[in-house]
Amino acid sequence: MYPSRFGYESPKTVEEAVAILDAHGGEAKVLAGGQSLVPMLKLRFAAPEMLVDINSIEGLRYHRVDADGTIRIGALCRHEDLEEDDAVAKAVPTIAAAAPLVADPIVRTRGTFVGSVCHADPQGDWAAAMTALGGHIVAQGPKGKRDIPMKDFVIGPFQNTLAFNEIAVEAVIPAPKGVRVGNYLKLERRVGDFATASVAVALDMVGDTVANAGIALAGVGGRTINANDAASGLIGKKLTAENISSVAAAVAAAAEPRTDHRGSADYKRQIVKTFVERILTGLANSSQKAA
Amino acid sequence: MALDEIKIGGLGASRRRVEDNRFIRGKGNYVDDIVLSGMLHMEILRSPVAHARIKSIDVSKAYDIPGVRLVLTGEMMAARNLAWMPTLSYDTQAVLATDKVRFQGQEVAAVIADDPYIAKDACQAIVVEYEQLPVIVNPFQAMESGSEVIRDDKENQPGNKVFDWEIGDKAATDKAFAEADVISKMELHYPRSHPSPMETCGSIADFNRATGKLTVYMTSQAPHIVRAAVAMVAELPEHMIRIVSPDLGGGFGNKVPIYPGYVISILASILTERPVKWIEDKTGNLISTGFGRDVYLQGEMALRKDGKMLGMRMRTISDHGAFYADAQPSKFKIGLMHSTFACYDIPAAHLESVGYYTNKAPGGVAYRCSFRVTEAMFFQERMVHAAANDLGMDQAEFRRMNLVKDDMFPYRTAFGFLTDSGQYGKCLDIGMKAIGYDTYKAEQEEARKRGKLLGIGISTMTEPLGAGNSREYDILGIKMFDSAELRVHMSGKAILRTGAMNQGQGHQTTWAQIVAHELGIPADDVTVEEGDTDTAPFGMGTYASRSTPVAGAAVAMVARKIRAKARKIAAHLLEVSEEDIEWELGRFYVRSNKERGVTIQDCALAAYSNMPDGMEPGLENNAYYDPPNLTWPFAAYFVKVEVDAETGVWDVLKVVAVDDCGVRINPMVVEGQIMGGLTEAYAMASMQYQTYDDEGNCIGSNYMDYLLPTAWETPGFELHEVVTPCPHHPIGAKGVGECATVAGPAAFVNAVVDALGHLGVRNIDMPMMPNRVYEALTTGKDISGMPPVKMGD
Repeated sequence: MYPSRFGYESPKTVEEAVAILDAHGGEAKVLAGGQSLVPMLKLRFAAPEMLVDINSIEGLRYHRVDADGTIRIGALCRHEDLEEDDAVAKAVPTIAAAAPLVADPIVRTRGTFVGSVCHADPQGDWAAAMTALGGHIVAQGPKGKRDIPMKDFVIGPFQNTLAFNEIAVEAVIPAPKGVRVGNYLKLERRVGDFATASVAVALDMVGDTVANAGIALAGVGGRTINANDAASGLIGKKLTAENISSVAAAVAAAAEPRTDHRGSADYKRQIVKTFVERILTGLANSSQKAA
Repeated sequence: MALDEIKIGGLGASRRRVEDNRFIRGKGNYVDDIVLSGMLHMEILRSPVAHARIKSIDVSKAYDIPGVRLVLTGEMMAARNLAWMPTLSYDTQAVLATDKVRFQGQEVAAVIADDPYIAKDACQAIVVEYEQLPVIVNPFQAMESGSEVIRDDKENQPGNKVFDWEIGDKAATDKAFAEADVISKMELHYPRSHPSPMETCGSIADFNRATGKLTVYMTSQAPHIVRAAVAMVAELPEHMIRIVSPDLGGGFGNKVPIYPGYVISILASILTERPVKWIEDKTGNLISTGFGRDVYLQGEMALRKDGKMLGMRMRTISDHGAFYADAQPSKFKIGLMHSTFACYDIPAAHLESVGYYTNKAPGGVAYRCSFRVTEAMFFQERMVHAAANDLGMDQAEFRRMNLVKDDMFPYRTAFGFLTDSGQYGKCLDIGMKAIGYDTYKAEQEEARKRGKLLGIGISTMTEPLGAGNSREYDILGIKMFDSAELRVHMSGKAILRTGAMNQGQGHQTTWAQIVAHELGIPADDVTVEEGDTDTAPFGMGTYASRSTPVAGAAVAMVARKIRAKARKIAAHLLEVSEEDIEWELGRFYVRSNKERGVTIQDCALAAYSNMPDGMEPGLENNAYYDPPNLTWPFAAYFVKVEVDAETGVWDVLKVVAVDDCGVRINPMVVEGQIMGGLTEAYAMASMQYQTYDDEGNCIGSNYMDYLLPTAWETPGFELHEVVTPCPHHPIGAKGVGECATVAGPAAFVNAVVDALGHLGVRNIDMPMMPNRVYEALTTGKDISGMPPVKMGD
């Protein structure tokens, strides 16, 4: 690997890191897991003046479920941390389902959840999961912290709304309004490939009625597709075959796929529709079993 | 007492691979591990466009960067008559572009600097002005009249055509078709793929002006051929050129050709008088070095209504990229494509082939196959599948009826090959039993009722492995024999060198086993060395599954020469005449008294300390082996799949492989080769292909776009064996390294097509990505990468 020349700093606190970012006026990049940034450096697609390695900052590698059910994921939480944790799996089945499908096991040992959300790859798994779950990002800048809801965070391909001198320090998933269920399905050509299409579904159930519904898509648009409007058609309803089918059609319509070497736009819509149906049918069947 | 052959690591021992010890400890010695004193680093600037005239190259800004020692351009190469070099197929290839660039990734300039970072920075500082020309990305565009001539550097170049070639008996074939009850047709595209060894290509050229000697450490599967070519290009005498191939991180045919990077590094070392290292990056490897396949195949089969094959015709249109840099025997323009249908008893056959230049990377290398055999066998087995369906016959029974029977060997194929041995029917039976063929039809029917699409694909084939013989096979006029040199030390330990070149096949392990078999010297006592042209005997290298058939035979032959001398020494030691001596593994004894004997080690010591009067001391020899024929292994592969009708995703339920490669030197190594080959077959069938957009941009310049399967999705394989010894090979072995890559893809495609057969689908071109399978199953139409075309012109 022979990247362009760059400076390197390894600050010990978030404040220090923010100050370095601020001093470089947009020419610095944060290095967390490096699983997207380093390949870009290698190919010289990215040539930042300064790398701000946040791995020496204590206290950022965490994920926890608060007493009220809120989930907090720190900036250095690795994909594998989520994959291997039963508490998270129980609290957020969508995350549990997506974790083993992110990239490949090698990437998952190093890559970070928050970094992946920030990277805002239209084919990224975590931005879709976070969008379906209605989460937000906590950004820290020179003036302190602010919350950015997912719907305002990813605005385009590889574009988020962090200011150049802000660091995403935490991802937050709100507590459910009932029992949280969900799933994540992804079509990929091989392990480690980006999604041809993937579907994240997160529902809060009260009894057999849907109290809250989120669906988001990856790989089928120029950015993470927020299909929460389409999903809201389920709120207050039961997961009947008819309801499932109409939501699946609405979600497929919300997709913005393009024809490329992974398949035609129509094909990708078909995958979205099939995956939404399969996930919702699966959730309906398991809630029946539970009842 | 004779030794236990398995215990000493002889034939049939699944001895652990000697080379793995250093590989898994990170102690291999690859080209990039070699560091020479004062070494400079070279980077190549590649063309971003596929076809353009070079208007100007400004290197001044590159020289502004501290640490830049030399910037080479085509003009500077031309001044030394090095702008063009010969390819292995009697064409020429640009070393650094002078007039035009002809494919994306072509070498335009090179920077030699103190470190690779500087060299890369300096490449970015070179300003090249291009004037874009129309781009040709497939042979159909290339053949259009009035299309841009890519090779305007060549005199008398007829448009973009590389060659026209035919073989077979046209009249007899026409007659067979005239008399046929049924004519079955097939047309397909075998997509371009890249062998993609984990280690890219690279070299370190070290020219010593004081001695006049040029040493080149490089990634070559055929170091001796490279030495011959360098002697031609660089006008240095052979004894002043030393090519060293150290450990190779895979080759798969990719490291047979001679690449511009090697030549540039040599000139750079001559000019700077310092060692110059060039290590290609992954993108450079994927977009500029030897590809495999990229052939459009059309053909038909004449059949009697009871299923007997009467004749076959085949036409191929191949895409060779910008330079005809195929690596294959000179006589055969499209490799051994005419080995197609060699396992079937067909009276008449005819093949026509046309090759074209396009604005794509050059190559046409034997990617884990014996020179285009992969395409030949893929077409064969897809054609056979379609023909069985057209006749309404069972896939297995149609094959059984037409396969060459055991008592028909030696069998002369319609194209003139002589297949030597096999038990094809037995292999078929074993595979059918293992895959559960008996109950499968009912299972498939039942599954379809549940909306599940099950399919079984069969692929059976024999392929020609082990070029030459020297009568028919040569590369640039050098005959395709191979060699071995064995030196037994006085302690009975030995060193063996061959003209082959290991790149993962396990020669260090298996060659020693042949010596153990022939001489009774434990395999652990035999060092194996290859790849240094100053020490190894001249050989043609390793590709096309030729090592065991040719170099492996030479190993046995040289060991026998050693044994013959040792026998004379034994007679001397035992004080009897040579006629009274008998041999058992590791030991000579007196026929009349078996207790009286001497070991091979005793003989070795005597060869240096107590030789008979008049005998030349020492115990060493060499052997050059010119095989009487190719070897013909047989493979029968069965794949069972289930297709998801809503997504087109297909899951492999079972893979059964039955291989008959004759005597197995090391069964574990053979099984490794078959599993590796099946993995590549699965890759080709499911995901691995190299493609270009209309502007000639290579889609597949990195491993996110050029897909190699991982352990996670690759299915498991169930392996079976049949052993029919090769009648002409000294130890009865046949080639095997490539059987699975060659015959495997058709088994996967036949399985998916079988699953969709009831929908009217006859063909899905590879790669069978889910979207393509989905389109086939929803429309009932074939998915073909092949545009409609009139063959011939």
